[in-house]
Amino acid sequence: MKGWPVARLDTMSRESSADGPRDSRRALVVVPGEDLGVSEGYEAGHGVLVVDGRLKSTKQGRMNTKGSTISVEPLHTTYMPRPGDLVIGHIEGCTNNIWFVDIGAPFNSILPMSLGPAKVEFGGTRKILDIGDSILCRVQEVEETHQSVVTMKGLGLRKIRSGALDDVDPHLLGRLIGKGGNFLRDLKLESECRIVVAENGRLWIDGELDGILKVRNCLKEISLEARQVGGVN
Amino acid sequence: MGGYGDVQMIDEKGLRMDGRKPGDVRPITIETGVVPVADGSCRMTWGTNEAIVAVYGPMEAHPRKIQRQDRAVLDVTYNMAPFSTTDRMRPGFNRRSREISKVTADALESVVLLELYPRSKIRISIEIVSAEAGTRCVGLTAASVALADAGIPMTDLVVSVASGKINDVVVCDLNKEEDNYGEADLPMGILPNSGELVFLQMDGDLSPDEFKQAWDYNMDAAMEVHKLMVDALKGGEN
Repeated sequence: MKGWPVARLDTMSRESSADGPRDSRRALVVVPGEDLGVSEGYEAGHGVLVVDGRLKSTKQGRMNTKGSTISVEPLHTTYMPRPGDLVIGHIEGCTNNIWFVDIGAPFNSILPMSLGPAKVEFGGTRKILDIGDSILCRVQEVEETHQSVVTMKGLGLRKIRSGALDDVDPHLLGRLIGKGGNFLRDLKLESECRIVVAENGRLWIDGELDGILKVRNCLKEISLEARQVGGVN
Repeated sequence: MGGYGDVQMIDEKGLRMDGRKPGDVRPITIETGVVPVADGSCRMTWGTNEAIVAVYGPMEAHPRKIQRQDRAVLDVTYNMAPFSTTDRMRPGFNRRSREISKVTADALESVVLLELYPRSKIRISIEIVSAEAGTRCVGLTAASVALADAGIPMTDLVVSVASGKINDVVVCDLNKEEDNYGEADLPMGILPNSGELVFLQMDGDLSPDEFKQAWDYNMDAAMEVHKLMVDALKGGEN
């Protein structure tokens, strides 16, 4: 057991002063429950709560200050659907007239027969899309109860029959796409693959095996870099 | 628990069998991101205890009957590996693991913002791979780090520490002998930023003064452990 960190005060990190929100020039990493300073004159953004006049972080991530809004950019996120999002889903189940689609959100979506990829007779849903199939679809509607409806009526929305699927955390998509789409464009050129980036963090990579491997390695690097605290800015 | 005769576990200088003073905590290490397929994970060693915790979700809650319309549910599974103790543990659920899973879920429900994910489920698997004493405290503390690592919104981290009584002396963080032959055990789950209590159990008897002493030891130890948790989550930054 010798050589292990021991829970004594001399091995602890420095205390951070909490008199008002901290300097925004450096993105500080915060943890849940951490005091971010007084709330007066500031607005609580994503990942921040106001408790007894103090700002408190609710997530592990980097603290951001934009104007008077203090928010926490989390190191790991779950996709929350919004109407209009292009998503890649997996069929998880179906009834006579509805498919249940896993879009990587905390709640499954439904794809009604009327919004499916082809004309379906009542009871014939599994002939068109079976359990385990992957689809490119769009979020049509998100209800107050967080239940969402997806559609396959639209340009380019289809069942995925070739290539590979991979995923990254949704908050890393900005990094993957790059400024003006530069990073993604270069990746497409380099790998000679067709890449469809869905907003739920899933990617459809279609092309030769070498190209697919290149893209997957790149995604792995981005994810690893982001998981290290102090990674992506 | 309950005192097995006159086993001497603390000497006249006040040092315990492993050389610790009454208020000392065993050595602790915390590591995050140890299970790559999980949304968040943590490996925590606390003395000879070792726990690996993986968090998955929030995800659609199945079966549907467990769904709550206004909030998410925590599905906590505490399990001791068959090789975690010197006597082989019979694999699978038992009365003790069910109880610990329940009290851990209850403690974590106090801090996780469950109302943000109605009708969904957050799955927490606590696997004890080496057990000495105080595995429920290690499991709960590691689960709270793993939840933070998974990006689940929480109002605070939960630190769990136990104190107890051996040879009529109140001591912090009991080891195996002290737990087996001691007279009392008081595990607590503490929110370090507010000092609130989310979990308390007591086994054995403590006088009001002894209870107060054990409480103070737990509070002090919780603050120390919390700093290690923060260090692990920040990866040495700040």
